[in-house]
Amino acid sequence: MSKPLDNRAWFLVLPVVALVAFSALIPVMTVVNYSVQDSFGNNEFFWNGTGWFKELLDPSTDLGGRFFDALWRTLLFSALCLLIEVPLGIGVALTLPRKGWGVAASLVLLALPLLIPWNVVGTIWQVFARRDIGLLGAAVNGLGIEYNYAQTPLAAWVTVVAMDVWHWTSLVVLLCYAGLRAIPDAYYQAAKVDGASSWAVFRAIQLPKMQRVLTIAILLRFMDSFMIYTEPFVVTGGGPGNATTFLSIDLVKIALGQFDLGKAAAMSIVYNLIVLTVCWVFFATTTRSQSEAVQ
Amino acid sequence: MARIAFERLAHGYPGSSAYALKPMDMVWEDAGAYALLGPSGCGKTTLLNIVSGLLQPREGRVLFDGRDVTALSTERRNVAQVFQFPVVYDTMTVRENLAFPLRNRGVPQAAARARVEHVAGLLGLTAMLDRRARNLGADDKQKISLGRGLVRDDVAAILFDEPLTVIDPHLKWELRSRLKELHRQVPVTMIYVTHDQTEALTFADRVVVMSEGEVVQVGTPEALFDRPAHSFVGHFIGSPGMNFLPCAVEGDTAILPGGHRVDLPRGYGALAGKVELGIRPEFAAIARDGLPVTVRRVEDLGRRRIARVELDGVPFAATLPEGMAVPAEPRLALDPARMHIYADGRLATGEG
Repeated sequence: MSKPLDNRAWFLVLPVVALVAFSALIPVMTVVNYSVQDSFGNNEFFWNGTGWFKELLDPSTDLGGRFFDALWRTLLFSALCLLIEVPLGIGVALTLPRKGWGVAASLVLLALPLLIPWNVVGTIWQVFARRDIGLLGAAVNGLGIEYNYAQTPLAAWVTVVAMDVWHWTSLVVLLCYAGLRAIPDAYYQAAKVDGASSWAVFRAIQLPKMQRVLTIAILLRFMDSFMIYTEPFVVTGGGPGNATTFLSIDLVKIALGQFDLGKAAAMSIVYNLIVLTVCWVFFATTTRSQSEAVQ
Repeated sequence: MARIAFERLAHGYPGSSAYALKPMDMVWEDAGAYALLGPSGCGKTTLLNIVSGLLQPREGRVLFDGRDVTALSTERRNVAQVFQFPVVYDTMTVRENLAFPLRNRGVPQAAARARVEHVAGLLGLTAMLDRRARNLGADDKQKISLGRGLVRDDVAAILFDEPLTVIDPHLKWELRSRLKELHRQVPVTMIYVTHDQTEALTFADRVVVMSEGEVVQVGTPEALFDRPAHSFVGHFIGSPGMNFLPCAVEGDTAILPGGHRVDLPRGYGALAGKVELGIRPEFAAIARDGLPVTVRRVEDLGRRRIARVELDGVPFAATLPEGMAVPAEPRLALDPARMHIYADGRLATGEG
């Protein structure tokens, strides 16, 4: 069956093209433009070609060393967040009530951290973990454990990771819970008839049925944690030293602190490409394993 | 393999004092093929879930071979159950699916493997043993569910909860006859819940007809057809169902609406409540002699024709014999041997 062709239809696409150009295309091209130039202020720009990129990807240079340090820190942070939040989220989702008043109560309670703005979360933890007046900080120190996120890198990391777990585990829980609720009762009844242990039920029914929502949860949590900025910035400001200076924090330091637009632009392009690549690889592998299962 | 017995068994759902299943006593013999038949909401699935242990009855006991299993969990009762919607474990192959109940019970690998191959052979699944279960059609998935029930050779009973609901009509026949065939090969108690009388009557040796939480009759398909114990069974079994005419009974004579007198095959004593004469359309034919009726319409069912008539204002279904046109003055001939009398819906036993 042939469909009538009418090229006037392209006019209908124009508003979207204009909108996307203003909101995405032009800003991105500006960044690309910056990344191949050097600026000395006063709106003066000089052509630098691929100079920034070469420097950035060479760890022996000043900029490259700084970039890779921040990159490994960010990857470690994302890995820790995923390793804690995903199993914890699944675990909590499995223990949530399936009916009665407890459902609404626990869902509301779980959604609360998700509703709090990033900088407020940062402020809450900044105060909560302080060793002098913070409930957590004072309590831990009171137990005789030396804990000061402003001084020791380990304490800073523990605080920042704990904060992320506090803020975002609920998201994983809610997604998993939705996945679990979608499993018909007959599966559990059949598993009972088949004599399955609760571990076998988890492996054979619950985990496979949660696969799709888990893919989404892991993707969201990776992107968010890999791009995290506000919360650690409020709590530790990237310190002590550079211990919690993640890529985004470093990027802002270069761009707005030192006003090195060229370096910052090159860095943000590479940063962006890393996020895209990781997400694409992850998504491609999970969806391929699913479609393989389908064949 | 077990003989299943119920003692004063009854059940009600929480928050309601009404019975979902009225108190009853029943015995299902070992290796029998039983069907629980009744309309939606009559309690047949409730009864099935009580047998499998997914539900705890409110009152009474369930016995397997004389052993009280009422308090035992589903796992420990060792029953198999096939559900309305096929349940397969998505990430596993067909083989792993079939082996799952054995693996959970710690059956040795070699024995499990042999057993799986045997059951796959019975069900015609051998060719797809190593395929993933997730993408098979509904009928193959249901065969897997069924296979997981058959794979344990020591089950007390296999329970089917309307297992053919999601199966295409042309495959229903195949699966149903395969089930029947299986029951011949594997002598295990099978209990089949359905609201489809054809499924029940073709599968089961004995049919348990239920209505509103009550067992109204247990019997062979022939008995349900020939001697319905309750007007509900008369209506429910057969298509169209049994005719019921309000009447008065004096000894061995029934007085029908319009004052027509009909001779009954046996005499009856005094009957209380609403008295009706029941006769199946198969045994009431349009003829040239008999009770005067008006014919409303004729339905052609292919193999036979049913005349919808009125007998003094009471609707009635009768057979229009092959090759016969509707006569100008239609009459209704009733087979005297096939008439039954019901008092308040229950079959009245006559004398002689």
